[in-house]
Amino acid sequence: MPDIRRARKALVRRILEGAGKASASEREAAFNNSGLAEPLGGLVDKVARYAYRVTDEDITAARVSGLSEDQVFEIVVCAAIGQATRQYDTALAALEAATGKE
Amino acid sequence: MRLAILDSGHGFGTKALFALIRSVSRQPVLDVVKLVKYRADFYGGPMQGVTQEAMRGPSTWSVGDRELMAAFVAKTNQCEFCTKAHVAVAQRAYGDGKAVSALLSDLDIGAIEEPLRATLLMLGKLTREQAVDADDMRAVLAAGASRQQIEDALAVCFSFNVIGRLADAFGFFVPGPEAFEAGAKYLLARGYR
Repeated sequence: MPDIRRARKALVRRILEGAGKASASEREAAFNNSGLAEPLGGLVDKVARYAYRVTDEDITAARVSGLSEDQVFEIVVCAAIGQATRQYDTALAALEAATGKE
Repeated sequence: MRLAILDSGHGFGTKALFALIRSVSRQPVLDVVKLVKYRADFYGGPMQGVTQEAMRGPSTWSVGDRELMAAFVAKTNQCEFCTKAHVAVAQRAYGDGKAVSALLSDLDIGAIEEPLRATLLMLGKLTREQAVDADDMRAVLAAGASRQQIEDALAVCFSFNVIGRLADAFGFFVPGPEAFEAGAKYLLARGYR
């Protein structure tokens, strides 16, 4: 699967560095699950740690705080990809530790 | 869906495509399709590139094995939509009556080869605990999976740890089995592009 790392990098670069309705700093904070004020911080943390617990009220609270639907869309996407990226990187590091770096 | 834009914020051409899908499949358009088609330059386009490579790119894991991994990651994340969707694809991909649902509940009961079983266990731990260590990887290697197979499985795991989170956060509607069967047919024929 030689192209997978390239495709993943392109995805992460697009959501963090490309044009968006949420600011680049908000998208990065969501990706890192760090440094966002409530209620957004709580929503992002739920997406990262147990997304099945996200409720209608969590999304409504983010909207009431002044975010547009497009901004919520982008921030949730960044939160999900950020957490999956941390898992992936941790696992690859474990694989390298077990087999030696290729 | 919790964001109205994901339900109905698409452009005219995409809405026409959805009408065509409804007409041909006689099923509702799955929310996962609505998500990837909304502002596809931001998420759907680049994510489909990743998922296509992970699920249909070159690998010594079969398509059925990778769909089983997807279903297992989804079940571990308690994502009903993705579990049902990928159980349907795995079942169809294996095509030999393997009881995929039962297998997901207990990896010890099914006729499953050791490298795949050990890989699934590692993906489950990674998904549940957010981390694995070198000993976990050594266990998978000792069970007979190659380093490349583990990397390939981690790519599947990445994709479905993204998609499952989005399905639950955005509140995907979970339709009946006929809609998932139609989706499974499409994913086996056309892939994730």
